Amino acid sequence: MTRPPTTPLLELRDVGKDYGSVTALDGISTTVRAGEVTCVLGDNGAGKSTLIKVLSGVHRPDRGRLLLDGEPVTFGSPREALDAGIATVFQDLAMIPLMAVWRNFFLGAEPTKGWGPFRRFDAGRAKDVTRRELAAMGIDIRDPDQPVGTLSGGERQSVAIARAVHFGARVLILDEPTSALGVKQAGVVLRYVAQARDRGVGVVLITHNPHHAHPVGDRFLVLNRGRSLGEFAKADIGRDELIRLMAGGAELDALAHELERPGG
Amino acid sequence: MVVFAFFAVQSETFRSPRGIANWLDPASTLGIMAVAVALLMIGGHFDLSAGVLVGTTALTVGVVATQLRQNLWVAIGVALLLALAIGFVNGWLVTRTGLPSFIITLATFLMLQGLNLGLTKLFTGTVTVGGIDDVPGYAAAEWVFASRVGVLGAEVRVAVLWWLLFTALATWVLLRTRFGNWVFATGGDDVAARNVGVPARRTTIALFMTTAGAAWFVGTTLAVRLTSVQANTGIGQELIYIVAAVIGGCLLTGGFGSAIGASLGALIFGMTQLGIPYLRWDADWFYFFLGAMLLLAVLTNRLVRRYAEAARR
Ligand SMILES: Nc1ncnc2c1ncn2[C@@H]1O[C@H](COP(=O)(O)OP(=O)(O)OP(=O)(O)O)[C@@H](O)[C@H]1O
Ligand SMILES: [Mg+2]
Repeated sequence: MTRPPTTPLLELRDVGKDYGSVTALDGISTTVRAGEVTCVLGDNGAGKSTLIKVLSGVHRPDRGRLLLDGEPVTFGSPREALDAGIATVFQDLAMIPLMAVWRNFFLGAEPTKGWGPFRRFDAGRAKDVTRRELAAMGIDIRDPDQPVGTLSGGERQSVAIARAVHFGARVLILDEPTSALGVKQAGVVLRYVAQARDRGVGVVLITHNPHHAHPVGDRFLVLNRGRSLGEFAKADIGRDELIRLMAGGAELDALAHELERPGG
Repeated sequence: MVVFAFFAVQSETFRSPRGIANWLDPASTLGIMAVAVALLMIGGHFDLSAGVLVGTTALTVGVVATQLRQNLWVAIGVALLLALAIGFVNGWLVTRTGLPSFIITLATFLMLQGLNLGLTKLFTGTVTVGGIDDVPGYAAAEWVFASRVGVLGAEVRVAVLWWLLFTALATWVLLRTRFGNWVFATGGDDVAARNVGVPARRTTIALFMTTAGAAWFVGTTLAVRLTSVQANTGIGQELIYIVAAVIGGCLLTGGFGSAIGASLGALIFGMTQLGIPYLRWDADWFYFFLGAMLLLAVLTNRLVRRYAEAARR
């Protein structure tokens, strides 16, 4: 199958980002295309979250350029990225523990009714949509008025994902979205990713699980200490090779050897 | 309720309509400030300059009206602009520097305290500004800020009605508008709020300006009601506002609280302040009582936070 050569939704060119004297990213180039899933892989501290924070407007790159629809952009804030249709599930979920589930769901994008000084938060609609979107994910929230802080880790992650899917019109970015999820919910999330891709949304997925990454990913960007180890199309890389790359190649073989029972 | 019952049972005057009107009076001006301070605390910040700013605005009204010979409404307008500007500077410095608002507004507090005294002396040669009732526009201003209205056979000051109105308005804004949602979010976790697109900076600045606006309202009320203003007006009140908000359920860490709670806090305060003399107790007991209420309130608030947060972490 060949795709027509379209302009990527988002493109990074030689992007670098420093935290003080720590270089978290250096010389990273990649593209996010409509209807494709780009997986970002790498060890802890490799710079994956930093990369998505550049894409989602939290950080401005110190070097290199960010292009939206082929035009250079600088996102001054996550709001500007959201307005461009880029929604993100952050690794820390970006939710307010003391606030109700439905308030968190629509935080920053509250639906309103009425006009002028009487314009107000349409709470009824917000609660309905929240319940519907969560039910569609297979999460049964007893009471959308309950504070997010009282949800389980997996439930909280599901709320954050449902929120991003609801608002991510063009690009959906997920930073380890399945780390706290059970097998069933993780499956639902992967199905969501596939559905979003089929709708023409560009997806960026970060995960430590190659069994999740390989089936849905179209392209794999492997990071190591802020640098790219290369970007591979799915056709060019098998699952086993992917696992080896993610775990640092030869190190895994050594580990497997070490863990084997002596004399087993 | 308990506080009311306590004093009402022991003092006839306390529960009479006139008595109620009496203790509603200090509760009202304090309540207007406590509501604004509660919004700011829910948004995650303190304003130590709120008390002295009441004095600054009252003095500005007095000086502009009597020394610069302007219509009283012009003076009130100037004071409003000044208050909003100071609120803006507070908010802007806090969001720009990321320093604790405690420190920033402590600095504003000290500077305003000095300016209040220095400029009052400069203009009047004394530490009071008087004669505000001789200025054109006084009658209308008195009607708005300092008249009395008959309610259920007792005369209450109009500030009580304003207080109720502001409490209702603040409650509606907090619970039913986008801005209210942003206030809770900014106070709960400003990084997370910003990451999902909440304009946290603007929200914080607006909250500081709201507090300053409330200080202007109360300052104007005092200037018009008393017709003369002392240069040290309002100093020391800032902590009382915070105490009222905390008694009303605001968390010191932000992200939780209510306007009605702050109003109840102010009400308790007003009852205690006037109830203790009614019982012919020494006024010193007032502060003991207040401290005990505060302690009780923070212990209760801690439980609220535990329930919502520590359960899963
Ligand atoms: N706000 C920050 N200030 C300073 N250093 C930071 C900050 N955020 C990240 N870093 C550093 O940047 C590097 C990359 O961090 P990043 O969070 O992007 O890693 P990651 O690949 O997402 O790791 P993980 O798999 O654990 O989520 C790390 O060395 C980290 O210590
Ligand atoms: Mg990360």
